[in-house]
Amino acid sequence: MVEVKNLTKRYGKTTAVDDISFTVESGEVLGFLGPNGAGKSTTMNIITGYISSSSGTVTVDGAEILQDPKAVKSKIGYLPEIPPLYVEMTVRKYLEFMFNLKKVKLPKAEHIDEVMRLVKITDVSERLIKNLSKGYRQRVGFAQALLGNPPVLILDEPTVGLDPKQIIEIRKLIRSLGKKHTVIFSSHVLSEVSATCDRIIVISNGKIVADAKTEELSSSISGDEKLSLDIEGAQSTVLGALKVIPGVLKIRKTRDISEDVSRYIVEYKKEIDIRKNVFNAVASADCVILNMQSGNETLEESFLKLVSEDQRGEV
Amino acid sequence: MMAAILKRELSSYFNSAIAYIVMAVFFGFSGYFFVGTCFVGNVSSLSYTFSNIFIVILFLIPIISMKTFSEEKKQKTDQALLTSPASLFDIVMGKFLGAFILYAICCLIFFVYGLVIAFFTTPDWPVIICTTIGLLLVGGALIAIDVFISALTESQVIAAVVGMAVGLLLYMMGTIISMVKVDWISKALEAISPLNYYTNFTYGMLDLSGVVFFLSVIALFIFFTIRVLDRKRWS
Repeated sequence: MVEVKNLTKRYGKTTAVDDISFTVESGEVLGFLGPNGAGKSTTMNIITGYISSSSGTVTVDGAEILQDPKAVKSKIGYLPEIPPLYVEMTVRKYLEFMFNLKKVKLPKAEHIDEVMRLVKITDVSERLIKNLSKGYRQRVGFAQALLGNPPVLILDEPTVGLDPKQIIEIRKLIRSLGKKHTVIFSSHVLSEVSATCDRIIVISNGKIVADAKTEELSSSISGDEKLSLDIEGAQSTVLGALKVIPGVLKIRKTRDISEDVSRYIVEYKKEIDIRKNVFNAVASADCVILNMQSGNETLEESFLKLVSEDQRGEV
Repeated sequence: MMAAILKRELSSYFNSAIAYIVMAVFFGFSGYFFVGTCFVGNVSSLSYTFSNIFIVILFLIPIISMKTFSEEKKQKTDQALLTSPASLFDIVMGKFLGAFILYAICCLIFFVYGLVIAFFTTPDWPVIICTTIGLLLVGGALIAIDVFISALTESQVIAAVVGMAVGLLLYMMGTIISMVKVDWISKALEAISPLNYYTNFTYGMLDLSGVVFFLSVIALFIFFTIRVLDRKRWS
């Protein structure tokens, strides 16, 4: 549905987007993840035709953005980072304007009512946009993107600045939209992307550093298992006891919790469950485990790893 | 799509104070000139009113046009326009026509003055009609220039100030020409001095070269504005 090929955007000497290629299938929900300034918005602005690329092509449903901008633009509903709202208009007047601007060929009043119902702004339809709260404004921006039922929706950080309840609502909305539309949406919050998307593309410094199904992403980049332990006892004794356990790769003291309690992170081989041995070894060294927590790397950690590795490579 | 933009432009003028303030100032000053010359001076000709109103227009038109593109850029609403299927020509033309229609409504007042004169004596209708057409053309050219300036900046104030400066410069073209000693330069400046063309209209002539001149300026600056918007995408 959307095909991006070797997309590059240079501003003078800085390269905002560096040779990005990816394809989004029809009906897929793609998460665009990256720290602020990674090039997410630039990429989206190029796909929607707001700015032009320095090189590379963007094809939406067979039409190329530079050769046939009208065809591409009429297939995309775009919600930019800052919703493009004329604040001196009422919600309904604004949506009527956007409806006309997009030359939508559906019954006007009914379609606008339907979209307003979908994003739950019917109750504020006669109010001026400047008097609306941030959450409502975001939803008006959403409504604008949905006008005309475009096959592709591009949403740039649609949940920024919303309260937790609104965030959950917007996520639900995105997921339900994913059934009928192809959705590309960006965020710098990983949990959000993993909760809503089928696939995640991580971009950092204008380059794609990971492109995988949501479930695969975490397991593909996380390494060994980890165990977090709060142990009471002298450090040397504890380390001595832990070191000899088979399967242990690395022990790291992260911080002192109180005078004689410290937190350790133990990395160990995936294949061996060392928890029982750890318990016995620490007990026989006359130390006490106060807390033991096992867990793989969270998505957040693997994300940070990806991004920081990339930056190290740059230096 | 152009119609949608035009409609929005007009509603933004008339739903805010801008349109009413512009009209009040225009009607106020033109009324003052009209009463001052025609009633107090007991003349039936509107030509003084017409020549005096020119300086008011120089200040009002930048105010009408200043927000056309600068405001959109500042509020990021240009993203909605430029990612919609509307062409750049539709967008620029819609904006231009919005400002022009507001200005044209202001200019209609001269027909009212003509009717007032008709109560006392026969007004010189050819002069009134031709001069109003002239005013519309001069104003249209200035609007096109100021819309172009507005597309260059994010600040409405800068757009207005630069627009006024350009307007005044064109207004003073006559004095500038008289100071230039090089023959071909003064000839060239004379050829692009809007006041020269405008004066012919005030004699009651529908001067074809003037019509062509102003329409060309409008077309040229609409084209420039489109180029500016297009270029911005590439930089």
